[in-house]
Amino acid sequence: MSTDIEPPRTAETTEDELEALIGDRAIARDDHLNAPGFVINPDDVQDVLADLRDEAGFDHLSCLTAQQYEDRYESIYHMKKYVDPTQEVSVVVPTTLDEPTSQSAEPVFRTADWHEREAFDLVGIDYEGHPDPRRILLPETWQGHPLSLDYDQTKPQVVTLSEYENPIQPDHIDSESDTMFLNVGPHHPATHGVLHIKTVLDGETVLDVDPDIGYLHRCEEQMCQQGTYRHQIMPYPDRWDYVSSGLLNEWAYARVAEDLADIEVPEYAQVIRTMGAELCRIASHMLALGTFALDVYGDFTAVFQYAFRDREVIQDILEDLTGQRLMFNYFRLGGVAWDLPEPREEFIAQTRDFLDELPAKVDEYNDLLTTNEIFQIRCVDTGILEPEVAKEYGCTGPVARGSGIDYDLRRDDPYGYYENLEWDVVTEDGCDNYSRVLVRMREVEESAKIIEQCLDLIEEWPEDEREVQANVPRTLKPDPDTEVYRAVEGAKGELGIYIRSDGTDKPGRFKIRSPCYHNLSVLEQMVQGEYIPDLVASLGSLDIVLGEVDR
Amino acid sequence: MSNEPRQQIHDSTAPSTDTRDARIGEGLDNRFNSKLREAFGASPFILTKFDQFMNWVRGNSMFMLQFGIACCSIEMMSTYAIKHDIDRFGAGVPRASPRQADVMIVPGTIVSKFGPRMKRVYDQMPEPKFVVGMGSCTISGGPFQEGYNVVKGAEEIIPVDIHVPGCPPRPEALVYGVLKLQERIKNSESSPVVVKPYELEQFGDLPQDELVQKLASEIDEDDLVMRYNWADSP
Repeated sequence: MSTDIEPPRTAETTEDELEALIGDRAIARDDHLNAPGFVINPDDVQDVLADLRDEAGFDHLSCLTAQQYEDRYESIYHMKKYVDPTQEVSVVVPTTLDEPTSQSAEPVFRTADWHEREAFDLVGIDYEGHPDPRRILLPETWQGHPLSLDYDQTKPQVVTLSEYENPIQPDHIDSESDTMFLNVGPHHPATHGVLHIKTVLDGETVLDVDPDIGYLHRCEEQMCQQGTYRHQIMPYPDRWDYVSSGLLNEWAYARVAEDLADIEVPEYAQVIRTMGAELCRIASHMLALGTFALDVYGDFTAVFQYAFRDREVIQDILEDLTGQRLMFNYFRLGGVAWDLPEPREEFIAQTRDFLDELPAKVDEYNDLLTTNEIFQIRCVDTGILEPEVAKEYGCTGPVARGSGIDYDLRRDDPYGYYENLEWDVVTEDGCDNYSRVLVRMREVEESAKIIEQCLDLIEEWPEDEREVQANVPRTLKPDPDTEVYRAVEGAKGELGIYIRSDGTDKPGRFKIRSPCYHNLSVLEQMVQGEYIPDLVASLGSLDIVLGEVDR
Repeated sequence: MSNEPRQQIHDSTAPSTDTRDARIGEGLDNRFNSKLREAFGASPFILTKFDQFMNWVRGNSMFMLQFGIACCSIEMMSTYAIKHDIDRFGAGVPRASPRQADVMIVPGTIVSKFGPRMKRVYDQMPEPKFVVGMGSCTISGGPFQEGYNVVKGAEEIIPVDIHVPGCPPRPEALVYGVLKLQERIKNSESSPVVVKPYELEQFGDLPQDELVQKLASEIDEDDLVMRYNWADSP
């Protein structure tokens, strides 16, 4: 089959070039399955990362994994290129147990700010030179670092309510300044869940925002580290990005675990996966659209209900396919749980009906939203996110594509059946809230194209070759100390997972790279100097989901 | 409508006599033969106690709190939206402010940082108030029960009237749960408000132990805190 869609490639940076570039600063090699790994001293972090970015073009700090071994702490910087995410390099920074201090990478990559705060919070590594070394997911008064080895979970903890400052309390009114402090959330309709944004206002203008997250930190990484590879981990990805992106998230785990255990997935299963994942993407974008309309219009009656009407159809299709409306648990390592439901013709016809009706519905949304003057006044040229800023903060997905960054892992780092299908990566150059909405609307149409082609393939697939699962051992025990980082294109962007195996049937370290986490971190850049209604619109256009931000 | 009496009653008194006899005639339960009934004759009327009437009204006009926490809130939104449309049952207008709401659906996992906040929101709702726990997480912590940061059920913090199990429950299940709650309200039943394991207390009132002494420099004595005794959680 021909590849219809070619990713833009640049000249590959070879391992020799990398070795030459890092030179003496590499004290050892620690290769991962996905990338060459260089061990460096904690003092060289900024140096090496800056060189990799400026000399070799690794401009995307995709993830930072922190972990504790019996004898040391380790921070791993997973780096990629926005132009070609298949070129990867891992920078491994070990620190001692007694003094876990490592140089901060924040001056080189802004996105390291939140990465390192999380690493400090959960594992307990200090980053020297970090501008804001606070906890990020757990309450300020928390004792201990829960993902370190000696953490005792049964110890009591005290959590305060005082961090929710009251803006009209006398001590918050400063006679000298004319700014006002405002809490948005954690229980607020515009925050899409339990997000708390500390906002400083000058009149109606936003001077500063500080997102306070962690109100839904439900220990996803710990849960995955306690589960066995084969079946016990798969239900959790559904609950990271729970806006019916279930299959997209499951694919993230399936991809990384299949790479780790070297499992080949049958082509037929890949087609079903691709179809299911794109249905999820449509459902997810519909909800993003509906809630965004709710945010900017306060419109509970029209667009929101329309979006839910269309989502219900997809959820019915997905329920027929997987047996669940929201938490599908349909992927298995090496394939999917079962074939299409019988009678197949009915399922296919039902899905085709949905696809046939979709263009008319998209027109309806365009009439209601994107061509609507009021909507355009609210969205055009608000919440500007320049591509350079987006890259610095590690933004991916529709947020990056709305800023003209042509980056989509489905095409650039192909998996599943995407490379054999005909579709386009959608980008918009507006960099504003409006572009991000347009990207999502157009992606819905591209997803529909993909589903259409998958249905054609499924229909024609010979009956005796419909293999939905590869032969996978009952218990998976990957070789000890195998490390792999893999990402897929989730509904919100690059959803990556790092796994280190420790020789047992459970992962030694399971780290989730959440797209929403980084998309949210850029909020402060987007809203400074804007009006407060634009803050709400910008937050809505980022389309965050707190389950994935906090994990 | 005209002011003319209905034809059949105008022409003959037989229908109303029959009805009266059927209601207060011989052989029927004496309890229904009140003076009021004799005075009203066949005209239909309802006798009720005022509080029963209030409970009936309450049950049929519930203002939900718009309260999204986690995965279940997506299904909760589906329940509000078309197709399932919980408005049919008099429970459809989500209120953004707790002070205007009387039912709180808790749709998701409660973690340590959110516990005090949820308690505060619950406290802000006016009496009488009711809570529907949606999903496994509000029952026991659900799939995240073993997490270091997860409160083992909403009932550790606030009283819950109805538990809707599922992960997440289908919208139909939530509708059923809300209907069950209405039934209970109409029958004047609700969960007793008792002291829960995790309460908001002033920091100064906590029993002095190693942890409290360690935090003494960081937290003011008057600050409200919630102390989680993870070892005692079921």
